[in-house]
Order: sequence, then C-alpha cells, then structure tokens
Amino acid sequence: MALLFSAAAGHADEPIRIASKNSNESYLLSEIAAQLLESKGFAVERRFGLGGTLIAFDALVAGEIDLYMEYTGTLSQAILKLGHDATREAMNQRLKGDGLRLLRPFGFNNTYAIAVRQEQAQALGLARIGDLAGHPALKLVFSHEFLEREDGWPGLKQTYGLPFNATGIEHALAYQAIAEGALDVTDAYSTDGELLRYDLVLLEDDRRFFPRYLAAPMVRVDVGAEVIEALETLGGTLDDAAAQALNATVVVDGASFADVAADFLAERGVASETGGDDLWRSLAANTAQHLKLTLTALAAAVVAGLSLSLLVFRWAVAARSAVYLCGLLQTVPSIALLALMIPLFGIGATPAVVALFLYSLLPVVRNTVTALTTIDPTLLRVADAMGLSRREQIRHVYLPLSMPSVLAGIRTAAVINIGTATLAAFIGAGGLGDPIVTGLALNDVSLILQGAVPAAMLAIATELAFEGVERVVVPGHLRAK
Amino acid sequence: MAAEAVQFDGVAKAFAGIAVLDGVNLSFPAGLTTAVVGESGSGKTTLLQLINGVVQPDAGQVRVFGEAVPRQAVERFRRRIGYAVQGAGLFPHLTNRQNVVLLARLEGWAEEAIGARYAELLDEMELPEEVSGRYPHQLSGGQQQRVGLCRALMLKPGLLLLDEPFSAVDPITRVGIYERFEFVQRHEGVSTVLVTHDMREAVHLGDRLVILRAGRVVRSGTTDEVVNAPGDAYVEQLVNQQL
Repeated sequence: MALLFSAAAGHADEPIRIASKNSNESYLLSEIAAQLLESKGFAVERRFGLGGTLIAFDALVAGEIDLYMEYTGTLSQAILKLGHDATREAMNQRLKGDGLRLLRPFGFNNTYAIAVRQEQAQALGLARIGDLAGHPALKLVFSHEFLEREDGWPGLKQTYGLPFNATGIEHALAYQAIAEGALDVTDAYSTDGELLRYDLVLLEDDRRFFPRYLAAPMVRVDVGAEVIEALETLGGTLDDAAAQALNATVVVDGASFADVAADFLAERGVASETGGDDLWRSLAANTAQHLKLTLTALAAAVVAGLSLSLLVFRWAVAARSAVYLCGLLQTVPSIALLALMIPLFGIGATPAVVALFLYSLLPVVRNTVTALTTIDPTLLRVADAMGLSRREQIRHVYLPLSMPSVLAGIRTAAVINIGTATLAAFIGAGGLGDPIVTGLALNDVSLILQGAVPAAMLAIATELAFEGVERVVVPGHLRAK
Repeated sequence: MAAEAVQFDGVAKAFAGIAVLDGVNLSFPAGLTTAVVGESGSGKTTLLQLINGVVQPDAGQVRVFGEAVPRQAVERFRRRIGYAVQGAGLFPHLTNRQNVVLLARLEGWAEEAIGARYAELLDEMELPEEVSGRYPHQLSGGQQQRVGLCRALMLKPGLLLLDEPFSAVDPITRVGIYERFEFVQRHEGVSTVLVTHDMREAVHLGDRLVILRAGRVVRSGTTDEVVNAPGDAYVEQLVNQQL
C-alpha cells in the first residue's frame, strides 16, 4: 500500500522536485527538463545550484529531490566506484537498490579537458597534454574537485608523467584567472561556453585518460513512468557542438536559462512557458525568502538564547559553559555547518534555518549572560528586600536592565545571519544566495551583484531597524553611546 | 497589633564559622524609630537582614508584629516591610514615579488609589511633581533619597527598614531629609529600624538606641537613657564623639 502511494506521488498533486548542481550546464539541462515536464502538465519545483555532486546525490537518495543531471563518468567513478568504462546498464543495475535510474544521455560528451590560452599554446607549441612536461615553469591551478578526484589530477599526473605541483581554485573563478594570466593551465569541461568567450584551447588527451562524461537525467524511479517517459525523449538531442553553442548563449550572450531552454524546446515542437524571468520579481522573491530564513532562525535563537541565559546565569559554571558551547558552534565554518545539516534535515530551508539558528546563539547568549551577571548588586538587594518574586525580578529588573546589551546581541546575530544565509543557496534553501551561486556558476558579475547588493542593503536596513527599536524600548541614558 | 514591632530572642548567626551576631535579645517598640549603631563588621546589616528574612538565624527567633519571620514565601511578608538603602537604589530604567508605584502595580491597586497615595507621598516628602516623569539620574542625591523613601512607604508598611539611607547625602541636604523623614514617620505611625554608623544621626532620629559591637548588644534603651548614662566605655566614646 505504501509502495503504491509513493509510486503515485510523482503525479499532478505533488510537484516534481528538480535539482541541478552549480555549473551553468547543469542549470540549463535541468531547466530544459523542468519546462518539458511543465509543458506535459506536471507541477515542478526548481532546486537549482546544489553545492556539489555528493550533496545532489545524497539528496536524491534521501528523496529530498526527484531528479538532477548527472554525468556518466562522475557516476561510475566518483559515486559508484565502478571504474573507467562502465556501461549504463551496469550502473543502473547498481542504482536499482536505491530506487534510482540514469536515463538516456543527451548525447554530448562533456569530459574534463585541459585548457590553456590560445596565444600561449601557439608560443610554446602546446597541442597535447604530454607537451606540458617540457615547460616546468607553467602555473597549473585546478578546481578543488578535479584536484582530489582519482579521475582528475592524480591520475592525469601519473599517466602523462607531469612534473608539476598543482594548487586549487573555485572553478567559476578559474576562467577569469587564466584569461588574465594569473594561471596558465586549468581544468575545463569540454562543452563550457567560456572556452569561446576567453579564447582558450583544449589540449588533446592522446592517451585517452579522461573517461566519457555523458550528461543524462538521473531520477528516482518512484517519480512515475510518465515523467520518465517524457525525460527519455531528451535522449540524443544534443551533440558536442550543439551543447557548447547552447552554453555559450548563456555565458557569452547573457541569455537567461529559461529563454535558452524555451528556444531549445520550441525547436523540437514543445511550447513551454518561461514564467517571465523578471528581475524585480525574482529580486522580491529572493529577498522575501532570505528574510524568511533569517527571521525564522533569529526568532528561534532569541527565544532559545534568552531562555537558556535565564536558566543558567545564576550559576557561574553553567553560564560559562553555555557561552563556550555556543562559541564552539561559531567556530564551525558556515559551509561545513550547512553540509553537516544535510544528513539530519535533508536539503532546503529547514537545514538552512537550523544552521543559521545555531550561528545566532552565541551573540544572543553571550550578551544576555554578560548583562544578567553584571547588574548593580545594590539594585538586586533592593529588589529582593522589596519582596519581588524571582519572576517579577526577571521581568522588572533583570530583563529591562539587560535590554541594551541583549538588543546589541540580537542585532549582531541578525547581521551575521543575513550574510551567512547567502550560503544557504548551496543546499537549495533559496534566498539572495541563489543569484550569487548562479552568478558564480556563470561567472556573471551582474548576477552576483543581484544577490550581494540587496544582502548588503538588508544588513544596513537591519542596523537601522534595531536602532529604531532601541530608541523605543531603551531610555536614552541607558543606551550604548 | 503587638506592642513590639520586632522582637529578637536569643538570636545567633555565624558565617563560615565566624559569629556575626551572638545571643541577641532585643525589642523594637511599635510606632517608634530605633537606631542601631555600630561600625562596619559589628553585625548591624545582618541584624537588618534577619528582620526581612534575607538571612535566617542559626539559633533563636525573630518575630515581626508577633509573627515569626517565614522561611518560605517570603515575598508577601517582605511587602509589608518598607526598605530603603544607601544611595537610594532606584531602578535606572524606570521613571521616579514608576519606581515608587512598582509594588502597588504588582499588588493590583486601582489607578486612582495609586495616584492618590503617590500624590500624598510626594507632598509629605516635599518633592515637586516634575520629578515624576524624570529618571533617577536626573535628580540630585537628596531628591533620589526622598524618592527612595516614597518607594519604601508606598504600600503603607507597618515597619520600615533603613540601611544607612542618608549617608551618601551631603550634610546640608541631610538636615532637610531628616526633618521630612521625622514628619512622615510620625504622620504614618510607621515603626522604623534605622541602621547607621553615625552616632549623631542615630541620636537625631532615634527614639531608642541599640549599640552593637562585634556581634553583641553593648547598650540599648531610650536615646536619653543611653546619652545620659552610657554605662560602657565604648558607648561613652561614641556619645562624646557626636557632641
């Protein structure tokens, strides 16, 4: 019975949750799949820009999403550990147990490739990867993932006997860096549109080191036969040149994913709605989502932080332990804290809110505990001798006298939250981090600013709002000067 | 109402094994001001804290208007005892009026009753109405002290405990407050225990004196009795100092 229900879950009433990794090709392919399904009458929820292969795969296994775009080489080596040339049948055999399936590939091969500047290739006579060995002065900088993967730098170095020490860089930044000459050699994907934009050439992999990376939808089987049938029609629709041209339309010409996907589908006789990619509407939606994440986390942190502080402040050891514990949470790097939330809460808004909540605790608890424990003892003696009960003392003496410090703590937490919440886009929580993550994937500064500028303005607005609140609830002579 | 406002019977109190008060027997008659005089370390603050139950005796018993000082639910008991302290101890986040009427609010008094009692106290303490909306730090030390007394008297307590309330005020201002306090004390008929290290103040305000030294009562009686017949070298020294 439960099986029947979950098999039917993909239909109409519940939206199909489509994810993508944070590369521009992933965005584009997922957008194509999303519009195709929408044209068939399915409701779709987009959770694009997940921060890496493992986050996306884990989310799929956990049932947090229904499908995303994966590459055969990545799946067989990095995920399934099946080695170089596993067939799709072999991989699907292994995926069966988790209820997953890799559908027909689009057709193009977006393999890893080694890119150099055109003029440098000509000057040094670089044509094949092996040619690099003769120029030990070249600066090799690779994306972090490539640097670590077995099918990346370690294997490449061995196969070609390359005498270099390579360092790491965020993939989205590598193209600009190589174009400006800050580095000489980097990894690329063979269908990247940026190769055209920055006038880069690929070195020939004459020893056939890199496996094939055929992009294909990877789905949960319980998404339903109709969805799978629809997605299978995308098989074989894009060759290498077509894929590179499509990617370039986005990264070089600046067209939106939605428009490029719609055009692509229109050529195949599928009329889809782009949903109007209006700047102001998406800005408003992102800001609203950002505020929802930060305010929910902040409200929870204020309630929990104040309660915890009031619970412990009378005992010095407990108070200090509480502050240290909250401080410990603060030392976990934000992206790591977000990643740690995934096994517990999946992806989306919930793990982001929990992570932001944990981050907000320290400023609230530290300021509150400090304020509660440094109140003038004469006032406390008077409050006691007057016959104020514990509760009345908290309400009429401790809290109002601590208010300036407590408010300052909440204000700090709010501003930290607004900044940190931009990272929540990496785990599919949306908000102003969305355009930033997409912008990074596209190396599109204006898109990055669409997230960064409103986030900065929100932070300033928050500061001003708190000043206003302080003016209302704290008498002038007690305010921090 | 018992004839005694406060009664100490064989009261002893030690902190960390060191006796602070030892074998104290005292009675504080109702309606009068009793001044407890002693140096710091004499045990006079502990004596005050035994009356409002902040400190519990190791031996003996303290009774207030015939009722033993309770160990639990002390809040209700303390609200029947006014309390004023050195430096006034007014809450800085409340206006002067809010400071004075806080307890009446918590007791659920009607607004008119609060307004009437507040006006009466301002009048008795000769405080101008303008102080009401101001915060304590905007008043002089003397005015703060008067507001502190208003707060202590708001609920019309039968007993008033004063912990060196006038010692932070300059001597000229102090005389004005003494005069106001004496008027109010008689007008309200409130029994008062005043703790002070200042013999001159004790003689000025006290109907009766209790001289404490190292945790023991060395002399007690009406002010006239004590001043005219010290009966003890230490007391005589104190009496001579203030003359």
